Amino acid sequence: MDLKEKLVSSFLAFENHVDIDGYIHDVRSDAIKVFEEKGFPSKKEEDWKYTSLNSVLKEDYSVFPKQENALDYKDVKKYFIHDIDTYKIIFIDGKYSSHLSQTTHDGIDVCLMSSALNKPKYQLIIENYFNKAATKDSLASLNTAFSNEGAYIHIPKNKVVEKPIQILHFSTGKESATMLQPRNLIVVDENSHVQIIERHQSLTNNPVLTNSVTEIFTNKRAIVDYYKIQNDNQHASLIDNTFIKQKRESLASVHTFAFGGKLIRNNLNFYQEGERLDSTLKGITIIGDKQHVDHNTLVHHIEPNCESHQDYKGIFSDSSTGVFNGKVLVNKEAQKTNAFQSNNNILLSDKASINTKPQLEIFADDVKCSHGCTIGQLDESAMFYMRSRGIPEKEAKALLMFAFSNNVLSSVKIPELKQRITKIIANKLGVNLGFDL
Amino acid sequence: MSKYTEDDLREELKTKEYEYGFYTDIESDTFPNGLNEDIVRAISKRKEEPEWMTEWRLEAFKVWKEMTEPEWANVHYKKPDFQGISYYSAPNSKPKYDSLDEVDPELLATFAKLGISIDEQKKLANVAMDVVVDSVSVATTFKKTLGEKGIIFMSISEAIKEHPELVKKHLGTVVPQKDNFYAALNSAVFSDGSFCYIPKGVRCPMELSTYFRINQAGTGQFERTLVIADEGSYVSYLEGCTAPSRDENQLHAAVVELIALDDAEIKYSTVQNWYPGNAEGKGGVFNFVTKRGLCEKNAKISWTQVETGSAVTWKYPSCVLKGDNSVGEFYSIAVTNNYQQADTGTKMIHLGKNTKSTIISKGISAGKSQNSYRGLVQINSRAENARNFSQCDSLLMGNECGAHTFPYIEAKNKTAKIEHEATTSKIGEDQIFYCNQRGIDTEKAIALIVNGFSKDVLNKLPMEFAVEAQKLLEISLEGSVG
Repeated sequence: MDLKEKLVSSFLAFENHVDIDGYIHDVRSDAIKVFEEKGFPSKKEEDWKYTSLNSVLKEDYSVFPKQENALDYKDVKKYFIHDIDTYKIIFIDGKYSSHLSQTTHDGIDVCLMSSALNKPKYQLIIENYFNKAATKDSLASLNTAFSNEGAYIHIPKNKVVEKPIQILHFSTGKESATMLQPRNLIVVDENSHVQIIERHQSLTNNPVLTNSVTEIFTNKRAIVDYYKIQNDNQHASLIDNTFIKQKRESLASVHTFAFGGKLIRNNLNFYQEGERLDSTLKGITIIGDKQHVDHNTLVHHIEPNCESHQDYKGIFSDSSTGVFNGKVLVNKEAQKTNAFQSNNNILLSDKASINTKPQLEIFADDVKCSHGCTIGQLDESAMFYMRSRGIPEKEAKALLMFAFSNNVLSSVKIPELKQRITKIIANKLGVNLGFDL
Repeated sequence: MSKYTEDDLREELKTKEYEYGFYTDIESDTFPNGLNEDIVRAISKRKEEPEWMTEWRLEAFKVWKEMTEPEWANVHYKKPDFQGISYYSAPNSKPKYDSLDEVDPELLATFAKLGISIDEQKKLANVAMDVVVDSVSVATTFKKTLGEKGIIFMSISEAIKEHPELVKKHLGTVVPQKDNFYAALNSAVFSDGSFCYIPKGVRCPMELSTYFRINQAGTGQFERTLVIADEGSYVSYLEGCTAPSRDENQLHAAVVELIALDDAEIKYSTVQNWYPGNAEGKGGVFNFVTKRGLCEKNAKISWTQVETGSAVTWKYPSCVLKGDNSVGEFYSIAVTNNYQQADTGTKMIHLGKNTKSTIISKGISAGKSQNSYRGLVQINSRAENARNFSQCDSLLMGNECGAHTFPYIEAKNKTAKIEHEATTSKIGEDQIFYCNQRGIDTEKAIALIVNGFSKDVLNKLPMEFAVEAQKLLEISLEGSVG
C-alpha cells in the first residue's frame, strides 16, 4: 500500500481518536478530499520540477503518533537555545511533552493546538484564523486533514512578549519510520511583538518525514520574527509549509537556516493584505553529501506601498542539490511596490548542482521590482590574499563563506541565536575561527 | 494602434480576393482542410521531393500525432483547430496593384514613417514593378557575387533538389522532428523556407536577407530555415522586415536551424511585425516558432530579435554551446500593446568548456498586453569555466498590462559563473516632464525613452535595420499613452 492510500484510509481512524468538533471536522474532511484527489506532487508539476519526493515517500511510515515517549532534558539540552530564558513548546514524536515545555496563559496564550481546538474559549480565534491562510494544495491539505497537535500562540493587542518562544519537535525513532504533521497557528494582534524559533530534530537513524504547516497572522503594526533552524540528520526529511498573512504596517520576517536533513522543502508564502507593510525572507543554506534543499517562496503584493526583501545564500558541496524558486507577484492595485529579491550561490564541487528560478509576475506599472541571482566560486584573489598572510586554506575558505552569508546573519535579532548559528556554521565547515560574528 | 487600421485592410483584402474570383482560380492549388498522411505525401509530391524527404516528413507526422500542444507558456488563446487548416496553398494570395496610388494610403503612411524607399514600398505592397527597378536585377547581382564566393543561398525546396547531401546531413540535427509539437508539425508540412551554406573560411560580403530574394515572395505559413556556416566562415542573416505584414495565416509555426561549425560565426537578426489583432484583441497571428543554433568549437551564434507583431508569440531562439570556447548571444526587444501576448526568451545550453553566453532582453508592455521573458541557462557538469550574464528589463506602461520573468538557471559545475538580473520599472514622470519642458511632446518623449531603454539591443542590429526598428518601436506604441 503506498503512502497516499495509507493516509487516506487512516483518516477515519484518526478522526475517531480525536474529539470531533463540528467546525474542525468539516475542515478536515474537506482537506482529505482535496488530498485524495491531488495526491503527492510529482516532478511534472512546475513547482516541483527540481524536487522529487519519491525517495522520501517510499518508506512505510506510521502516520500518527500512538504512544507517548519521554526524553531527559540533559540529553536534548544541546538542541535548545538554553542560555536565555524562553517559553518552550516541546513535542516528542508528535505528542506534547509537558515535562520539557514551559507554556503560559498569562496575558498571552502560548499553548497547544489540541487544547485550542477543543476548548470553547479559543473557538472564536480558531474559527477566524484556522486554515484561513493555508492554500489548498495537496501537502497543506494533507496536514489540515490530520491537524491536531502543534503550537498555538495568540498575542493580544499591545503586548511585547519579553522572551522568545521555542518550538521543538523531537522524534525518538521508537517506530521504524515516522511521519509527523505538526500544525501551528500564530496570531499576533495590533502593536504586539513576538520572536519565535522553530526546530525539528530527529534523534535516531530511522526515517522521519515531517509535513508541517504554520499559519501566521500579523495584524496592524504587529512585528513577528520567525527563525527556522533546519539542522537535522541524514534520515530526516522536512516539508515545511508556512503561510503568513499581514495586515497594514506590520513587519514579518522569516529566517531559514538549512544546514542538514535528507530532503528539505520550504514553501514560504507571504500575503500582503494591507498598506505600508514589510516582509523579509532570508535564508542560508549550507549542505553537503546527498542532501537536497528546496526554497520555494511566494510574496504576493496585493495592496499598494508595500515592501518585500528576499535574500537567500547557498553553499553546496559534495553531491548536494539546491533549488531556489522565488516568485514575486504584484497585483495591478499594488502600486508603489518595492520588491527586492536576491539569490547567491556557491558551488564547491562538480557533483553539486543548483537550480534557481527567480520569477517576477508584475501587473502594476509604478513599481520597483528587481531580482538578482548569481552562481559562482570563492574569489581566488581573496583566497590568495589570506593564504599569503598565513591563514590556512580551510580557515580562509570559511572566512569567505562567513562573509558571504553575513547579510543574512546580521539581521538575526536574538544575539544568542546568532551565536548558535555561527557555531553551527563553523561546525559544518570544520573550523574554529576563535571569534563570534 | 488605431492609426494602423489593419483591421480595415484585412476586411478589404478579404473582399478583394472574392472580387478577383481568387478562390475559384486556384482551386486546384489548394489542398482540402485537415492533415493526414496523404496530405503530407501530397505536399512532398507537389514539391517534387525525393523519397528520403517524404519519409522524413512522414516520420515527423507520426510523432506529431502523438503529441499535444504545450500549455506551459504564459499565454492564453483559443487553440487553433489543426484539422481546420489547409496545409498547402498558393503562396501569393495577395491582391496585385498596378501602381502605388491604388494602395491603401494608411499603409503608405506607415511605410513613410518607417522610411522605406519607394521601390521597396512597391514590393511590399505587392505592386507590379517595372523592369528597371525590379529587384530581380538586384537579386541577380547579389546572386552573382555570392556564387563567386561559393555561397549557396536558395529556397529550401531548391536545396533539397540541388544539394540533397547538405540538407540530408544537417536538416533536423539541431531541431529534431520530435523536438516539440510545433516543430513536429513544421517538419511534416513545411511549405518552403531558406537554405544557406557558407563554405569554409568565407566571409559573406553582404547581409543575407529573405527580403531581397525574389524567388521567395511572401513567407510561407510553415517556414523552414537552415543556415550552415562551415569552418571559419561568417554570415549575417536577416529575417522578416519592419513593414507591417498583412499575412492572412492565423498560425505560423516556423523552424530555424543554425549550424556554426568550428570557428564560424552566425549573426541572425529578426524583425517580426505580423498582424497583432485589432485594439479589442480580435484576430491576429499566432506565432509559434522554434529557433535553435548549434555552436561547434570557437563558434559564435548571435540572435537579435525585435518582436512587435503577432497576437500570440511563443519563441525561444536558443544556442547549444557544444564546442569548447563557443559563444552564444541573445538580444531581444519584445513590445506588446493592446491584447498582445508574448512569451519569449532563450535557452543557453552550455556543454563545452569555456563557453560564454550573454542574454539581454528588453520587454515593453502597454495597453492590456502580457509580456513574459522565459529563459533557461544550463551549465552541464563538463562545461568548465562557463560564463553567463543575463539581464532582463521590463518597462510597463499603464496598470492593465503585465510583465513577467521566468528565468531558469541550472548549474552543475562548480566553475560556472552566472549572473542574472532583472528589473521592472515604468517611464518616470520626471523624465517625461524633462522632455516636455524642452518642447518635446509626450508621445515623442516616450519614443525617445523607449529607444534609450532598448539601445543595447538596437545597437546589435545591422545599421539600416536598426533605423527602421527604432521607428517601428515608436509606431507600435502609438496611442498607448493616455
